[in-house]
Amino acid sequence: MSILVDKNTRLVVQGITGNEGLFHTEQIVAYGTNVVAGVTPGKGGEWVLDGKIPVLDSVQIAVEATGANTSLIFVPARFAADAIFEAADAGVPLIVCITEGIPVQDMMKVRNYLDQKNVRLVGPNCPGLLTPGEAKVGIIPGNIAIPGNIGVVSRSGTLTYEVLYALKLVGKGVSTCVGIGGDPINGTNFIDALSMFEADAHTDKVIVIGEIGGTDEEKAAEFIADHMTKPVVAFVAGKTAPPGKRMGHAGAIVEGGSGLAEDKIKAFQAAGVQVASHPEEIPELL
Amino acid sequence: MKLQEYQSKQLFSKFGIPIPKGRVAATANEAKHIAEELGGRVVIKSQVLVGGRGKAGGIRLAKTPEEAEELATQILAMEIKGLPVRKVLVDEAANIEKEIYLGITNDRAERKPVMMSSSEGGVEIEEVARVTPEKIIKVHIDPLLGLRDYQARNIAAGIDLPREHWRTFGQIAHGLWQAYSGSDSTLAEINPLVITGKNQLLAVDGKVVLDDNALFRHPDLTEMRDLDVEAQSEIEARKYGLSFIKLDGNIGCMVNGAGLAMTSMDILKLFGGEPANFLDIGGGAGAEKVAAALRIILSDPNVKAILFNVFGGITRGDEVARGILTALGEVQLRVPMVIRLVGTKAEEGRQILADANMITADTLVEAAQKAVAAAKGA
Repeated sequence: MSILVDKNTRLVVQGITGNEGLFHTEQIVAYGTNVVAGVTPGKGGEWVLDGKIPVLDSVQIAVEATGANTSLIFVPARFAADAIFEAADAGVPLIVCITEGIPVQDMMKVRNYLDQKNVRLVGPNCPGLLTPGEAKVGIIPGNIAIPGNIGVVSRSGTLTYEVLYALKLVGKGVSTCVGIGGDPINGTNFIDALSMFEADAHTDKVIVIGEIGGTDEEKAAEFIADHMTKPVVAFVAGKTAPPGKRMGHAGAIVEGGSGLAEDKIKAFQAAGVQVASHPEEIPELL
Repeated sequence: MKLQEYQSKQLFSKFGIPIPKGRVAATANEAKHIAEELGGRVVIKSQVLVGGRGKAGGIRLAKTPEEAEELATQILAMEIKGLPVRKVLVDEAANIEKEIYLGITNDRAERKPVMMSSSEGGVEIEEVARVTPEKIIKVHIDPLLGLRDYQARNIAAGIDLPREHWRTFGQIAHGLWQAYSGSDSTLAEINPLVITGKNQLLAVDGKVVLDDNALFRHPDLTEMRDLDVEAQSEIEARKYGLSFIKLDGNIGCMVNGAGLAMTSMDILKLFGGEPANFLDIGGGAGAEKVAAALRIILSDPNVKAILFNVFGGITRGDEVARGILTALGEVQLRVPMVIRLVGTKAEEGRQILADANMITADTLVEAAQKAVAAAKGA
């Protein structure tokens, strides 16, 4: 009852021995996700989390030794593109990259390379994936969402938590939450997630959380109008953001008159999507 | 990070793009000497990071070194769109027969760099795109392969460039590609690229915007950062790893996460308030960061109330609460502060703050309403 990750996920964590990697792996394991290995080049042979998880030197070894089918990346920005290439070349079909601050030109190379392979990337600069009750592949706090029939896809992090929590407070649950990230060039976009939710038998409604910058929300609206039978509710952050200023996320910037929140909201409304005026209004609109 | 015109052209020159002879000057006297060295007519160009310098009188032609000195004196005393002119570029004046546009930028939608060119150079490309979009030739470049020779030829043909210039144009296009990829730019443009009276191609003006996330690879370019264009508070914020943008309202905002920070601003506005800033304290907000954020927000005399909104995920509510208490020991809080803590260890956080006499809120709506009321003195 989900997309992308579930009970069959066999996770390898790249950058597992770093501060963030280790902290979050502990949470991920505690959530019940099957973490089969970690990778830190040069530290192969060590074990982490009280000897529960082996550290290996490469993703290739991890795939061969453990049958890992999903990779989660916590590698620092300057090495993150290489980590994605490594996972893709090792044949991992799903790569989730949490790292923030990867240079745009690195991501363009990554994206154009992955497009030639049958590999799905989620992120970078994202909170990852959560299928409540089944698997957590990322940093979304597990306790703020309950299992259910609502699919969530978002460009944001803590704003997504806010929405999950607002749903939980009224007893509404989530099939899968997909954080696609706040960078201008990413792997999975709204349309990818929307089409997976449309095809998922256990998702009945979808929430799209967008923000200023780029035109992905407008394209998502077009896709919804043409291809979605399930109801969609949207929220767009950044109505008060001034043009020309990068609002934290590398991708959240209004440039040359494009990327405005109002245009995105209009596009959603024209596609028959209900748009919430603030996150706490979302559960009411579903 | 934007480079000044003279810095952009120096970068282009490193990659074989012909630029006018010239140097940058910080005083009128220097400008005069440069004009003497160059001989003949020179252009005095203000170096500020805004468009419309020419219209503002920041680009002038001088026939003699004396005139160059006089004009440099005037221009160096100018402020253009709020930015003081600290330097002028003194360039040999080119005899312009024809102006072309040539630039590379990132196309988000196509996930590739795009090279754009137009026979209508010398005006902003956005303006050309609006008025005569058919005059812009666009070619997407495979980031793994780089610019191909045939693509440069197609562009030259597409803008009706006379065939005699194709070879040189190709070299310039390749130079621009190398400058763009070699410096991790998000924009590298030559505008105008001119055909001179001597029938040569020359990059008369240039603009480069660097990817802030890639500056670690370019320490030489990072040194060129011009701090004049940024608000003091934004420079201070960067030191502490805070993402901060000053706005005109009176409610200071301190939030974790960029999307939630924007949403907090939006919801203040929805309930009749005006945000004074965007501020993302990021993950793991310890006392030092919180104190710095408070100082920066309070340095704005317009601020009448503060909204502190933290959704604990990685960031723990108890840590944030202790951060606030420590910060309040260092910073005098002169306005009411509304605090909303939710998520990981939020209950513990609220207990820590129970004695601090803060206005608390459970929901986003409640927090926004209380902050708006506090700013109005209610």
